[in-house]
Amino acid sequence: MGLVIAAFLLVGTEVLALGAFGAKAWANVYFTPPGADAMPVQVQAGQFAFYFRYPGPDGKFGPIHPDMVNESNQNFYGLDQTHDADSKDDIVTAEMAIPVNHEIHLLMHSKDVGHAFFVPELRVHQDFVPGLDLSLHFTATKIGRYEIVCTQLCGLGHYNMKAYLSVMSQEDFDKWLKQQAANQ
Amino acid sequence: MHEMASQAHVAHHGPPTSFIRKYIFSLGHKVIGKQYYGLAFISVLIGMFLSWLMRVHLGWTNAKIPGLHLLSPSGAPGDVMTPEYYLQLMTMHATLMVFFVLTTAPFAAFGNYFLPIQVGAEDMPFPHFNMMSFWVTFAGFLALIASFFVGDGPTLGGWTQYAPLSAVGSVAGPGEGMGVVLWAISIGLFCVGQLLGALNFITTTLDMRTKGMSLWRMPMTVWGWFITSVMGLTAFAVLMPACILLILDHVAGTSFFVPSNLVINDQLQPHSGGSTLLWQHLFWFFGHPEVYIAIVPGMGIVSHVLIPNLRRPLLSHRVLIYSFGALAVLSYMVYGHHMFVSGMNPVSSIAFSFPTLIITIPSTIIVLIWLASLYGSRLRINSASLFALGFISMFITGGVSGFFLAQPSLDIMLHATYFVVGHFHMVMAVAAMFGIFAGTYFWFPKMFGRMMDERLGKLHFWLTFVGAYAIFMPFHYLGLAGNIRRYQAFAPDYMQRFIPVHQFITIAALITGAAQLIFVYNLVYSRYRGAPAPENPWEATSLEWSTPSSPPPFDNFGGQLPVVYHDPYQYGIESSTGDYVMQTSPEQIKSVRDEA
Repeated sequence: MGLVIAAFLLVGTEVLALGAFGAKAWANVYFTPPGADAMPVQVQAGQFAFYFRYPGPDGKFGPIHPDMVNESNQNFYGLDQTHDADSKDDIVTAEMAIPVNHEIHLLMHSKDVGHAFFVPELRVHQDFVPGLDLSLHFTATKIGRYEIVCTQLCGLGHYNMKAYLSVMSQEDFDKWLKQQAANQ
Repeated sequence: MHEMASQAHVAHHGPPTSFIRKYIFSLGHKVIGKQYYGLAFISVLIGMFLSWLMRVHLGWTNAKIPGLHLLSPSGAPGDVMTPEYYLQLMTMHATLMVFFVLTTAPFAAFGNYFLPIQVGAEDMPFPHFNMMSFWVTFAGFLALIASFFVGDGPTLGGWTQYAPLSAVGSVAGPGEGMGVVLWAISIGLFCVGQLLGALNFITTTLDMRTKGMSLWRMPMTVWGWFITSVMGLTAFAVLMPACILLILDHVAGTSFFVPSNLVINDQLQPHSGGSTLLWQHLFWFFGHPEVYIAIVPGMGIVSHVLIPNLRRPLLSHRVLIYSFGALAVLSYMVYGHHMFVSGMNPVSSIAFSFPTLIITIPSTIIVLIWLASLYGSRLRINSASLFALGFISMFITGGVSGFFLAQPSLDIMLHATYFVVGHFHMVMAVAAMFGIFAGTYFWFPKMFGRMMDERLGKLHFWLTFVGAYAIFMPFHYLGLAGNIRRYQAFAPDYMQRFIPVHQFITIAALITGAAQLIFVYNLVYSRYRGAPAPENPWEATSLEWSTPSSPPPFDNFGGQLPVVYHDPYQYGIESSTGDYVMQTSPEQIKSVRDEA
């Protein structure tokens, strides 16, 4: 009996402590809204690639038209740039770049099946839920080039579904974004 | 005895005379138990073979595996595995192992054979249900195997079959059409089989006990199977309708698990309004109890095997049983820990995290009871007791990583990595396998009247024990370093450096797998040539050792149901038989610790 009580106390204390610290760490990530100056970036996952979208000078993402998605003419997001004013200046890229020490508000959209967005170095990990657009926010504090990998089995190309995340200085980022806008 | 004996009449049916009734469509619980064991045996051989193919491919991605194209011309053109074929083999490995091995062998096989004997019954109360239970399960097995031979092969969606990948049909990839439908039929049938089995187990335990067999006088194994049956009854009853809904999404154009506006291959999918998270909730509401369905019978077997070898009872049988019960109740409250980063409300992650941490308390108590009972004992070392020790070792090692995974904040890093794969292989898969081995070495003399070879058994143990650690410990390091599971090759740059570790694991897996052939040989050889088993080789007390012969006669006790006088584990006492007394012995003894 003594053993059982000891186990209860020992493991019970440990459980409460771990649970409390863990809950706090979790809450820091998930229970705080993104700051007002967080930079919005959208990421779309599809079999078997990520595409990123920056809202452009107007700060607004144009609407997605699923029936207009077409890989062959590079309309990965299904944007209607002739009719939707908000879409006109949207910048779609195959690589993600963000400024260092600037909070990012990542808007997540799945085009087809379940995927996940995982950057091990940044401890950013979230599933894409088809039919349910989620968002998360994070701040990268170290300049570098990191890999984004998919961790949710999404089909035969799952192992090869990856993209790069470049964390840059603000000036480099501005230059990069301008160049991407010119390439559209 | 007589009021109980009249209840036992419900199950009374004479021994069969025709071959078909005796060995194929048998109503006898012992033959059904052996049929389940045989099914698990075939499944584990296939499952292990698939894991070999996967391991070779992970270590040497472009390696030719001689003859592989014969297995699947499209899956392995030129004997090199394609990415989709890897995922198909992985899905089949997991499905076979989780359902047709880890559920059938410790629960359905040993449970069918020994539960009625250990409670002193002639048979299960519903023998036709029992027969149906096996044959429905077997039909499920055939449906699963059939998917190897249809169109583009078996499903590649993983054993969890997350929607919408699993629900939109073949547009999502090879095997996602007919392969998924066959998978869902297979698992749906499996659920029916296990529901029928669970009903029989529960009724046998509650209604068929012989005179004197109070609940507290049931062996730990019976408690394990009984509690597992209660879990099975509720868990499989959730998975079965989930499988039906999945099939409907395929064949009837419904959208239970598929939301609107999905675009696959530039085609807008004709589905709308479904929820992908719904599938995950339904699946894991079954899926987490399932891991306890796989492990609790093993815990019962390990306790049952250890005690006669310890020659003294465990520290407390009641606390052990209460802990089994606590595991069963908590197992429903923790399932969300599979979904911490799935996109469900993050508040529920914390709600699921605390029960997950709390479930370590009964697990710790179970382990401490075993360890404290082992402390200072003179354990009889034989193959069965070694595998029981191995079970405890695996359960502890695998359980410790559970403390990490229980926390959503750590799961941000560890989810979907090899850390998880290492964790569940140790705590559930290898541990449950060790429980199956312990049960086999322990009960073989009773089931076949012959002893297994002890020298080969010990060799088998050491190779398997060391091999299992060599395979699954490195998984944890890989996971911490960010190696993602379900990858057929390591395309991300940072994963290149893990390849040598995978090569090491592959070699360890090939050797450990080959070591299982020792067990296969031992099993087959001993069945026909083993030394004749004495009546009670382990000097054990429970009812299976009181039957008139080994294997027991058709009605188990030769027409005379036993009467029980003692707690199942009266060891370390003085009696006319030595240091133990049979449950059926009317001898008055001074009990060491009669909790009954």
